[in-house]
Amino acid sequence: MAILTEDECKAILKKALSYSKADECEISINGSDSANIRYARNSVSTSGSLSSSSMAISSAFGKKLGIVTLNEYTDEAIQSAVKRSEELAKLAPENPEYMPFLGPQNYAPPAKTFVPATAAITPAQRTTMVEQSLNVAKEGKLTAAGFLQNSSGFSAMMNSHGLFAYNTSTNVNFSVTLRTADSQGSGYSTKDYNNVSKLDTLAFTKIAAQKASGSANAKAIEPGKYTVILEPAAGIVLLEQLYGGLDARSADEGRSFLSKPGGKTKLGEKLVDERINIYSDPANPELPTSSWSGDGQPLTKMSWIEKGVVKNLNYSRFWAQKKGVKPIPYPNGIIMDGGTQTLEELIKGTEKGILVTRLWYIRPVDPQTLLYTGLTRDGTFYIENGQIKFPIKNFRFNESPVIMLNNLDALGKAERTVSGESGQSALIPPMRIKEFTFSSLSDAI
Amino acid sequence: MGTPVTPGTRMRDVDVALKKRMADVALNAARSKGATYTDARIGRYLNQFVVTRDKNIENIVDTESYGMGIRVIANGCWGFAATDKLDNDSIARAAETAVAIAKENARIQGEPVKLAPQKGYGDVTWKTPIEKNAFEVPMKDKTDLLLSVNDAGFKNGANYVQSVMFFVNEQKYFASTDGSYIDQDIHRIWPFFGVTKIDDKTGKFETRSSLSAPRGMGYEYLIPRESDKIKGLTTLYRDRYDMHEDAAAAALQAAQKLKAKSVEPGKYDLVLDPSHLWLTIHESVGHPSELDRVLGYEANFAGTSFLTLDKWESKKFKFGSDKVNIVADKLQPGSLGAVGYDDEGVGTKQWDIIKDGVLVNYQTIRDQAHILGLTESQGCCYAQSWQDVQFQRMPNISLQPGKTPLSVEQMIKGVEKGIYIIGDSSFSIDQQRYNFQFSGQLYYEIKNGKIVGMLNDVAYQANTQEFWNSCAAVCDKSDYRLGGSFFDGKGQPMQASAVSHGSSTALFKGVNVINTARKI
Repeated sequence: MAILTEDECKAILKKALSYSKADECEISINGSDSANIRYARNSVSTSGSLSSSSMAISSAFGKKLGIVTLNEYTDEAIQSAVKRSEELAKLAPENPEYMPFLGPQNYAPPAKTFVPATAAITPAQRTTMVEQSLNVAKEGKLTAAGFLQNSSGFSAMMNSHGLFAYNTSTNVNFSVTLRTADSQGSGYSTKDYNNVSKLDTLAFTKIAAQKASGSANAKAIEPGKYTVILEPAAGIVLLEQLYGGLDARSADEGRSFLSKPGGKTKLGEKLVDERINIYSDPANPELPTSSWSGDGQPLTKMSWIEKGVVKNLNYSRFWAQKKGVKPIPYPNGIIMDGGTQTLEELIKGTEKGILVTRLWYIRPVDPQTLLYTGLTRDGTFYIENGQIKFPIKNFRFNESPVIMLNNLDALGKAERTVSGESGQSALIPPMRIKEFTFSSLSDAI
Repeated sequence: MGTPVTPGTRMRDVDVALKKRMADVALNAARSKGATYTDARIGRYLNQFVVTRDKNIENIVDTESYGMGIRVIANGCWGFAATDKLDNDSIARAAETAVAIAKENARIQGEPVKLAPQKGYGDVTWKTPIEKNAFEVPMKDKTDLLLSVNDAGFKNGANYVQSVMFFVNEQKYFASTDGSYIDQDIHRIWPFFGVTKIDDKTGKFETRSSLSAPRGMGYEYLIPRESDKIKGLTTLYRDRYDMHEDAAAAALQAAQKLKAKSVEPGKYDLVLDPSHLWLTIHESVGHPSELDRVLGYEANFAGTSFLTLDKWESKKFKFGSDKVNIVADKLQPGSLGAVGYDDEGVGTKQWDIIKDGVLVNYQTIRDQAHILGLTESQGCCYAQSWQDVQFQRMPNISLQPGKTPLSVEQMIKGVEKGIYIIGDSSFSIDQQRYNFQFSGQLYYEIKNGKIVGMLNDVAYQANTQEFWNSCAAVCDKSDYRLGGSFFDGKGQPMQASAVSHGSSTALFKGVNVINTARKI
């Protein structure tokens, strides 16, 4: 559906709330338009477009909650949905962890999450962007497979205590894999932005092309512990396991890598190298995100790991109340401070090491140590005396991001990257890590 | 997964005649704009999640999603558009959008789409043969069962228990310009739990997840039946699951895991229970035999495959030992993959993938069948919802039981140094499906034909072809059970599909086992 303005959202939500007879009522509405092209074997494989929206009405009597959603917004439909949510709340079991809805909140002025040029992308524009990517493949006698998706959307919420929040956003997401004609080399590149003008599908495909040609005829070297340089697209998939796990409740309950014997946690303790600073900031111009969370809490700049010390953990409103602390909502975008060196400079400063473009199929092995396994993919290279010497065969790794960040050697300049596993974006620097554990070789290219 | 609704607010079933009229609007609109082929899928997808945490019902979510996806070929190129507004004008507009997208993309299309011929079936129907519709079971029965499951965990020493029931009902209507009007009603169920046991002194914790399988069944799966239980080190389940009993065992076993011996790394013979082996089959046989991966359609995300066409063409590529017979099917009753027709209107069937250890076939759909010289699709097309475009998804892929009588006890008796693994856990495999690593829920050490105790920190790593060639025996059909994945992910944007994998317990010789214990 079309993007509703703040005033349009206010009007429709106010009207919906006017029908409420519950102790509390909270109503949210969101909608989005998205379209994509998927290509493979140097040709379009699938493409499509989707437009959808929904309204969710939550009515509560005491600790009993009823939720109804709808995607038809006539007065009659909304009124009847409000009534149904109240009937359901009366029938629902009491939830001992229920938290009353919030009152009015102060949100920071919205960051530039919505870029009109991205919302206005046409099918022809999308096709042209993919065409540029395909041309790189064809000129290099390579085979391309890729994905380009753009979306725009709005979300708003209002409740009977006077809370109102509104946000719009756009996103364009691109990833491409190029393979040599004999399938002996493979290279990858991915980017996502709020602003389509930052996305150069030609330039990013050229990076993938370089890696594809450069990774052909890789040599096998023995698995073991190596110094590695993780490009941001490789590092993010391990780092997100760490910052995604900064949860107070599981730590307090004794079932997290942050737990300590006797019900204690590592909050306030040094967890990783003191050069590590991880925080969130909705107003960051490179990674603008909504200034409010899904339950209406303000999202502000928040430090999670400072100089290697666990500074804050995510506290749900229920858990915060139980523990007598302030709730801390989980953020939408994570930023890890970097240094000043470029990736090339990091390579130059490496005596012996391995450059990793991408890590893949990341799965937990041991939650106690945050041990994960996965593999390198689409461009893995051996570095000697500051230069890339030759491509190497892919490895399986077994490593914990906690151990990895304790073995930090150097940080490069942070850049926006998107996780190939979760689809979430973050600002992540390239990292040089000592003694990264590769446990076996893979024949995959 | 659709938008949340509550049980009382679901819409009523949609009349088939109305669906046919709506589908015809799409087919006619697309044709009038120049489409040479069109299919329309009208879907009503119901999901229910019942989630408990310890002594509380944490969440009850009912979602419903209703709309239409229209796929066309115009100027030799695919186009797709979806809408949740189902008046004639909105349907026609979506059909026009699909055609416009196809025409726009045709300018960067290589070869035109070539569809395997498919006869129209006319008006036909198919239903999952369920005994008890889970959506009609009172919510109190479900929450009472889950809370009693958690209680069984606590009574046996668990510190935390989380239990969940997922139910899916896909009401799918498919119509195409080939002349098919197919109405299907598909049901799936997945109950599971996880228990956690903490050692306060050391701060160590262990978990044990349920040994249930997601199934293409109704609520009857949750009604225990003694004849479906296999008693042993822990009770295992065939076509009925006793969630309460399994939770009690899990709590005790989580405590045992805390005290279990850390494995000595090295080569072991592995005896793999179907509750574990299904995932190894899924990752190392199911995915690499998907033809779209072989051809490079998934190169940017899920990856390609080591099972290249030349290996198939040679007719002698030794994928596994001669004990390895693997069948693809979309028919097996109670399985997640069983449907009457796939999402491009192809009737379903069964076929061999690996025959006596040799690669003999792949899994494919209409626009790729011609590459294998097939004159019809194998019926492997699926979309997770009306709003997603359909593409090749895995059918049930199952290891056939051994032909000679062999029990698990007899198998273990023949093992000198081995590990018996039950249940699935960590899994990871490379993008061409060579190198994998798997863990389980329970590990029992085998020495000289006997179980001598529990192990911990176990994971095995192998190369797919070497692993399947090390398959020395498969137990007979009396041990055959289904495992499966409720949320197998593939494609961009990623779509989930559900698929079952059957097997009997199997023996693999000399597999590399690593120790996963680390310190932070």
